[in-house]
Amino acid sequence: MELTRRKLLAIGASTFAIASITGASAYASLTDDAIAALTGGAEAGEGAITITAPEIAENGNTVPVAVDAPGAVAITLFADGNPTPGVATFKFGPLSASRSAATRIRLATTQNVVAVAKMEDGSFQMAKANVKVTIGGCGG
Amino acid sequence: MASGVKPRVKVPKTAAAGETITIKTLISHKMESGQRKDSDGNPIPRSIINRFTTEFNGENVVDVALEPAISTNPYFQFDAVVPEAGEFKFTWYDDDGSVYEETKSIKIG
Repeated sequence: MELTRRKLLAIGASTFAIASITGASAYASLTDDAIAALTGGAEAGEGAITITAPEIAENGNTVPVAVDAPGAVAITLFADGNPTPGVATFKFGPLSASRSAATRIRLATTQNVVAVAKMEDGSFQMAKANVKVTIGGCGG
Repeated sequence: MASGVKPRVKVPKTAAAGETITIKTLISHKMESGQRKDSDGNPIPRSIINRFTTEFNGENVVDVALEPAISTNPYFQFDAVVPEAGEFKFTWYDDDGSVYEETKSIKIG
């Protein structure tokens, strides 16, 4: 088989794709552990929480993320591709109007941002958003 | 204390009683994650703000626990109810023990 430039590029691209997929999931189990520790193993429902994040983030150093979970007492954010999955925990007090917040986070690579909300009745709600990161934001 | 830390908060000057207002806060801080290395390959120690709270007349609005994954110059936006005239108190807690405070008063009208 003659190795043309075109073929070589195709091979390069496919290996890169595989590498980035495995890279993204390398820390995922850490996130699962962290979520399990938070919920105490309870199954988290879906629907009552929304997470707003860009589909593609050019700069992983500042990715705007917003969460909204009516009736939540606390919302915890995780990033499953970061070296440490925890991002932030918002606890809402009596004078908090809407159980929503927005901040800017660091993402090391393309990954899922996971929001877990603890509701007033003690149950948990979970939402995920996949963010493609062009330039990672954890330094190196 | 990390140098050049300056809190900035945006709160409306007046609100109707019971009105919901949006608060935006920003504090200049390098939020060193502890993951980076300097030019010699030595890890740069972590130095972040690890907690941020907002109170209105002593009652809690939000209490945020920050991890190194929060960006440089931490920014937060959230909503608060204003039951009466009073003062918002914002507090940031640094890893090194420093505490940065900012207050904003709001009138009813």
